[in-house]
Formats: sequence, structure tokens, C-alpha cells
Amino acid sequence: MRTLRRALRRLTSWMTTARDEQRLQAEIAEHLALLIEEKMRAGLSPEDARRQALLQFGGVEPMKERYRDQRGLPSMETLTRSTRHALRRLRMAPSFTFTTLLILAIGIGANSAIFSVVNGVVLKPLPFPHPDELIAVNHAAPGVNLANAGTAPFLHFTYHDQARSFQEIGLFRWSETAVTQLAEPETALSLNVSAQVLPILGVPPLLGRWFSESDDAPGAPLTAVLTYAWWQARLGGDPSAIGRQITVDGVPREIIGVLPASFRFQDRDAAFLLPLRLDRSKTVLGDVDFEGLARLKSGVSMEQASADLARLIPIALHSYPAVAGFTVKAFEEVRFAPRLELLKQNLIGDLSKTLWVLMGTIGIVQLIACANVANLLLVRAEGRQHELALRAALGAGWHELACDLGMESLALGLMGGVLGLGVAAAAIRALVAIAPANLPRLHEIAIDPAVLLFNFAAGIASGVLFGMIPIFKYAGPRIAIALRGEGRSTTDSRQRQRARGALVIVQVGLAVILLVGSGLMIRTFQALRNVDPGFDPKGALTMRISIPVAQVRDPAAVLRAEQGILDKIRAIPDVSTAGITTVIPTDEGGGRYQVYVRDKVYDKVPPLRRWKFISPGLLGAMGNRLVAGRDFTWTDIDDSRAVAMVSESLARELWGDARQAIGKQITPNQKDPWREVIGVVGDERTDGMQATAPPMAYYPLFMTSFNAAPVFVARTVSYVIRSKRTGSEGLLADVQRAVWSQNASLPVAKVRTLDEVYSKSMQRTSFTLVMLAIAGAMALLIGVVGIYGVISYAVSQRRREIGIRMALGASPRKLSGIFVVNGMILAAIGIACGLAGSAALTSVLGSSLFGVSPLDPLTFALVSLGLIVTALAASYIPALQAMKVDPLEALRSE
Amino acid sequence: MKDKTGVPQGTLALMVLKTLDVLGPLHGYAIARRIEQISGDLLTLNQGTLYPVLLKLEQDGSIASDWGTSDTNRRARFYRLTRAGRKQLGAETANWEQTTAMIGRFFAVQAEDLK
Repeated sequence: MRTLRRALRRLTSWMTTARDEQRLQAEIAEHLALLIEEKMRAGLSPEDARRQALLQFGGVEPMKERYRDQRGLPSMETLTRSTRHALRRLRMAPSFTFTTLLILAIGIGANSAIFSVVNGVVLKPLPFPHPDELIAVNHAAPGVNLANAGTAPFLHFTYHDQARSFQEIGLFRWSETAVTQLAEPETALSLNVSAQVLPILGVPPLLGRWFSESDDAPGAPLTAVLTYAWWQARLGGDPSAIGRQITVDGVPREIIGVLPASFRFQDRDAAFLLPLRLDRSKTVLGDVDFEGLARLKSGVSMEQASADLARLIPIALHSYPAVAGFTVKAFEEVRFAPRLELLKQNLIGDLSKTLWVLMGTIGIVQLIACANVANLLLVRAEGRQHELALRAALGAGWHELACDLGMESLALGLMGGVLGLGVAAAAIRALVAIAPANLPRLHEIAIDPAVLLFNFAAGIASGVLFGMIPIFKYAGPRIAIALRGEGRSTTDSRQRQRARGALVIVQVGLAVILLVGSGLMIRTFQALRNVDPGFDPKGALTMRISIPVAQVRDPAAVLRAEQGILDKIRAIPDVSTAGITTVIPTDEGGGRYQVYVRDKVYDKVPPLRRWKFISPGLLGAMGNRLVAGRDFTWTDIDDSRAVAMVSESLARELWGDARQAIGKQITPNQKDPWREVIGVVGDERTDGMQATAPPMAYYPLFMTSFNAAPVFVARTVSYVIRSKRTGSEGLLADVQRAVWSQNASLPVAKVRTLDEVYSKSMQRTSFTLVMLAIAGAMALLIGVVGIYGVISYAVSQRRREIGIRMALGASPRKLSGIFVVNGMILAAIGIACGLAGSAALTSVLGSSLFGVSPLDPLTFALVSLGLIVTALAASYIPALQAMKVDPLEALRSE
Repeated sequence: MKDKTGVPQGTLALMVLKTLDVLGPLHGYAIARRIEQISGDLLTLNQGTLYPVLLKLEQDGSIASDWGTSDTNRRARFYRLTRAGRKQLGAETANWEQTTAMIGRFFAVQAEDLK
């Protein structure tokens, strides 16, 4: 207790130094005046009295010194003094300070930048109240081999009525809509929700109100809630928009509310929210293309909720009739199982792992930078060793010397942190620019308090890290030994050399790990580029249109409109070929359905397959291969011939060989007539280059008696246009004119070249690649500087020895060889350690790699070779200096 | 380590406490004067050494100080004993007496007494 109080007082008195000095001064003056008076009363002359008084009082200055010792917190004072000295010393060595700060600023800045990404994407909670209660409710369907099959109204209604784990549960799905009656027709993204979704998210409306239960009822008047951005952009942020109407898919809807600017759901730019208006009485088993959202009751775990829903699934299956053409049993065999995850997890998916790998990578770069700075500091401390020993001999405590050395490092670390923040701000901009467009929560990446804290913690931690090494080397208890040696003239002690060598080995080793990592990513990228996508991404443009029911009711008229646009596009000069499809490979979209084969007996539902609806000539426009048979023709469509095509992998799976497929009969729904397989299409990498091509069924754009409906037409379609003018503004304008000359209120959406779509599918790989390559390059550069520094310092330290050897007749070549060998030994040990480390660590890249083993011998060999060559250069250049040493001068300079 | 003046380590603080206990609040000069008088001029004190001791005692909370006016109408800093200081004085006095008694017995011992 008393020690505590004393420490506290010392601390406060340290802060009131000036006042205390004054007080002491006054007391001394007072004391002396009284003493002098006393002496004068005893009859002494004023001078004598004064002399006597001073004698009796004793030495004023030593007393003050002791008084101050007693007063202050000595370590605190040492600290401020050390800081002042450290800053002064740094000012006096501008080139050292500049180099060090540059290394640190880049290192810390890069770390803060990546951390800001990790923070924004992974760590920050979602912008809803109690976000840890929000969960995405979906289902796995192992019976049809689907990891995530979403959810369906029949499940939602059952859960809503009977589940015990949720405060509330809702249903939603995204759709693209056409908005007309504004300045230009436009395709807008709509989030279609049940009435519970907004209350679950807990977002209050900025204007107006949420959907009520009655808005969500079937047959209720049509309503819409706008997002802030769309309200601003299209209606100028006019508050009187509430109550006005917008035309969505040809139908007017009343605007009843506007969401706040902060609202963002599943990271997509919705234009507005529309009520789902599901009809319970028409609910059937099926319609599994929704997503679920729920808010957990507090205290309920995910496992409990999952068990709760698992119990309800059989009840749901027996509460509603199966969709036409299926039995309840068929749905039981799908084996729905609840798939619950936090809404945030649902959003960021497997990205967090990639980001943590990047964070680790950049952390390694910082370690290398620290090792390098530690080396520079060692060299500096070396120069001060005589001074330090002298101070130790004169009574400076070792902690005082340590404080002195440590302050320099800490000051460097902190200043590096400040500069690093600037680097981070610039790096974040660059990062956001090159980041994959599908990186979720991109807009949340910013320098916020967490990033600031991280930045300065990184600065201080680095300062402590590289500050420790010279402290242990030079401020240790055996410091005085240095005095015995003559300091300057002796050759560097073996032990010191070893410390610097060890740091270089660490640097090289870590650099190897990073370079191997980026090498593997380069190989992955190459492998992806070499994968045959099954289509030709070069020289084709795609764009999308959608014809809503409200605009054109008759399916045959829809087909005529689509065909009319196609004809007009084909007539554009330089367009070689064009086609219509519902799925662009590697892009989102595309449904799945069963494929039944005639004469095969099914005791359970066959697995879901991808399907797409295409026009004749699409295969040519996409650059697909026709493996067997023939393409659809317009006659097939006009005559309503029951035809279909399959992908090569589906043909092989069902009949063993592509040619066997021709003439076989399939259908998606056993109620339909059988369709004859007339062609087999080469496999397309629809899910991206990493994933194997999914088996796919191809149907014509327009069919009669398809999937239990009398007439089918694809209303949302993409045009694929092959032209040598792809990417030019002129072609784009021509295409737009072609569409609008057919129907002036059709919005043209998603205009991109096929190559853009294709590159985007590899964006995450290229992002990881660029990041790793930058980290690897930085590591290599710093590592090389490290080797160079150590060798050139060794040469400068051993000038005298070199001089003597030369004087005794050693050849300069042989002498420089010593240094090169020295550097190469360090590099070799570093490379060996690095390769071992890589072998252990590259498995974390696992899922990011494609077509290359984590232990790829070529990458390992090339990285080793590359490092050996650079290390050779880095040690050869300073070694040349050794050859230039003039023996006479070297000996005389001592 | 021994004090130049021959005051054994730690005893000066005890003398200051006792002086303040007996005479009440005093300024530095008066404390020094009393200590010299009481010790019968056997002890020549470098009066300056008093101040670090006073500061230490103040930091420990044994004494407190305030500016005041001396008999001669001068501004001076007066030190007084606190409750904690009085308690400490009691403890130290007992301790000191015990030590001196023990040392006294050691010096009184004759070689024969131990046979």
C-alpha cells in the first residue's frame, strides 16, 4: 500500500517538476537567511555569517541532486531524456533514419491496408442491431447432391407457424425487373421479401413505412419500398415520392417507404424491395428457389435451432401437395436438411480464409523488414559500443543503456507507424480498385479506429521487436568487456557476425516462403488460363433483355420479339453470328432440374442438372463445340419438335459415350412428352475454371408441353454477339438501336464482353496472385538489401585484415571470394530453411490452388535458383570493394 | 554507506519525526536547529541533508507541509506530523529501543559470561 502511494506521489511530482524546483529553491533561501541572521546575531560580519551559514548548510548542489533523486520517478526521467537523445541521434543520421523509416512505412502501411480489408470484410459486424442473432436459413439436399438448395415457401410457412427457436423468420429472393415510365427503360434489381424480413433486420424506414402483413397478402394492392440510393438517383430524393407510383415489369406500384442510406443487404445494390405476396392456399412442395432469414431467440444456439427445423421438415412435407408431376415421396428422397449459418458467414463465405492467408503473408513481410532494421541497428550499436562501454564503466545502469537503445527503436517504430498510415491510405485505394468486384462488403473497407489501433500497435510491436536484438547484444551485463578490446581497430567478433548472419538467414527464409507462395499462385493462374472453357471468350459481346408478362402476354409473341431482335442484330455490319441463351458460363444465374431418361426405372428422384434454353446458332456464337449430332434449327422451334441437347459429360454419364446419346429420349418432368436428344455439346466450365464442367441439358428457347405447362418461353435472355468490333462503342450503339427498334420500352442490361465475364471468374485468383506477388517482391527486395548490407559491412569492418593479407601477397580475387562464399553460405542456409517452411505452410493455400501441387517441384526449384542468383549478386558487389582495398591505406588509417 | 555528518542511516528521519512530535509544526531551519540542540552539539549536521529526508517523509505520508509565516514574519514552509507519521514513530521507537537494548547487551557481555 505504502509503495503504491509512494510511486503515485513520485509520478505526480514528476509531472510538477518545475513547481517543486521553485519550492525547494524558496526553502533553501529561507533556511540560509535564517542561518545568516543567527550568525549575525552572534556578532559575525555579514560576509563571515554568510560563509559560515553556507558551510553549515553543506553543499547545495549535491543536496539538490539527492532531493531530485528522491522526488522523481527515476525511470520516467531517464525515459524522457533517452527519447530526446534518441531523436537527436536519429536526426544526425539522416540516411539511416530515412532508409529505416521507408522500410517500416511500407511494411506497416501494407499490413494496415490488408488489415483494413480483413477488418471491413470479416471482423466488422453487419450494420443491423444484434447482428449475431441474424441467421440465413437454407437447406442442404444430399438426395440430389446439392450443398445448398435454398429454401421454399412450404418450408417457410411450416417454420413460421411451428418453429420455437426464432423470434421471427422471413423469406426473400432477388429478381431483375424492368422499370418503365421513367426517362429511360431500365433493369433494376429487386429484393422480394415476405413481410417479416425488414422487422427481422431491424432497420427503421427513413420515410413512410414497412410492408405490413396485408401488403404481403395475395391480391393486396401492389406496393414498393425504395432504397435510398435509387430514390436519390431516380426521384431526386423527393420526400413527396411516398404515395406516388412506379411501373415495375409493366405494372404500377405505390411507393410506401424509403430505406435509410445505411441499408445494405447481402451486399447487392437493390433498387427497391417488393412484397412476395405468397399464397398459402396455392403452396406446393417445390419452388425451392428462395432464401430464408431469421432472428434467433436469445440463448438459442444454432444446433438447437437446426434440430428444431429438422423436426419440422417431415411435417412440412406432409402439409402440402407435391408440385405437378412429382410425389411427396420424391421430395422425401431429396433429404432436405437445415443449413443454418450466421448472416455474415453466409455473406463472406470462404473468403475469410483467403484474407487471413494474405494477412499472414504481409505479416511475414513485416518480420523480414524488422529483421533488416534490426541489422541496421546492430551496425549502429556497433559504432556506439565504445561509448556504451564507457558509460557503463562510469556507472550507468544496464537498464539505462537499454532504455537509451530501446527508445531509438521505439521512436522509429512509432514514426514508421505514422508514415505507414499514409501508405495504408494509398494502398487501400489501390486495393479497392483491383479487388474482385464480387468481394463482399468492399465499401466497408476504410481506415477506422480499429485500423488505427492496429497500425500503431504494429509500429510499436515492430519497434520492440527489432529493438530487443541490439539491446541484448550491447546493453548486456558484460558490456564493460568491450572497453578492454580496443574497440575500433579489432576485427569484428565472431559472435556479432553470427547475430547478423542469423538475421539474414531469417530474412532469406521468409522471402523464400513468400516467393514460393506467389510462384504457386502464378502456376495456378497459368493452369486456369490453360483450361479449355468450352467456349471462346474472345471477340463476343453479351447483353441481356427481359420481356415481362405485363408487357407481352403471349409466349409466341415473346419469341417473335426475341427473334426479331436477333435478326436485327445479325444484320448489323461486322456481326458474324449471334444467338440467344439463358445462361452465360461463369456468370451467375441458371437453374437446375431433373433429367429423366426414357425406359429407365426410377426408384428415387434423379439428381438435379443444370439446364439452359438456347436459340439456334447460339453454339456457334458462343464458340461451343458440337461433339455429335446437330444444333437446333428454327424449324425445330416453329414445328414444336420435341428435341433437346445434352453436354458431353451428361451424355457420358447417362449412356457411356457422346455418340450413344443421339436419338435417346429425355425429359425434365415425367408428365411431359419425351424429347429426342439431337446433339451433344462440348463441356463448358459453367461454374468457373476451377470447377469441373457440370452436366447440362440444353432445351430450345420456346417449347410446347414443357415442364407441365402447355407453352414455355424464356423471357429473360442474353444475346451473344460475335463481331470483330466487339468492345467498341459503335457496336454497342448499333445493338441498342436494334433492340429499341423492336420494342422501345425494353431495357438493355449487363452489356459486357464475354472476355470480361471470363476474366472476372478468375478475379479472386488474380487478386490473391497480385497480393502475394507484391508481398513476395517486397520480401525479395528487403532480403537482398539485407545480404548486401551484411556483406558490405563485413568488408568495411575487415579492411585492416584485408590490407594485411594483401600486403602478405593474397590475391584480391581470392579475398573477395571469401566474402562471396560467406554471403552464399548465409543464403543457402536461408533457402534451405525457407524451403522446409514452405513445404509446411503452402498447404494453407490449398483451396486457392488449381492444377498445381502445394509442393510443386518446379516452383520450389525456380525460387531457389532465383534467390541463389540474387544472393550471388548481392554479395558479389560488396565483395568487389574488398578487391579495391589499398593495403597501404588500410594499414595507415588505423 | 555512512552519512558525512556521522548520522547513522535512517536515524535522521526518526529524529525529525520525534522533533515534530514533541514540538509541533516547525519549518526546516527550526527542525535542524532543534536536532542540533537536542543532540547537545555532539552531532554536526549538514543542514541541507535535511531536505531530501523531509521530502521522503512527506512522500511516505508521515508528515505534511504548508506554507506559513515564521516568528520573524517570514514566509516559510511548516512541516507537521500526520496520523500515519505518529503511528510510524511509535513503531520505529519500539523497534529502535529493541535494537539498542540488544546491542547494549552484546557490548555488556564479558568473555566469562559465555563460558
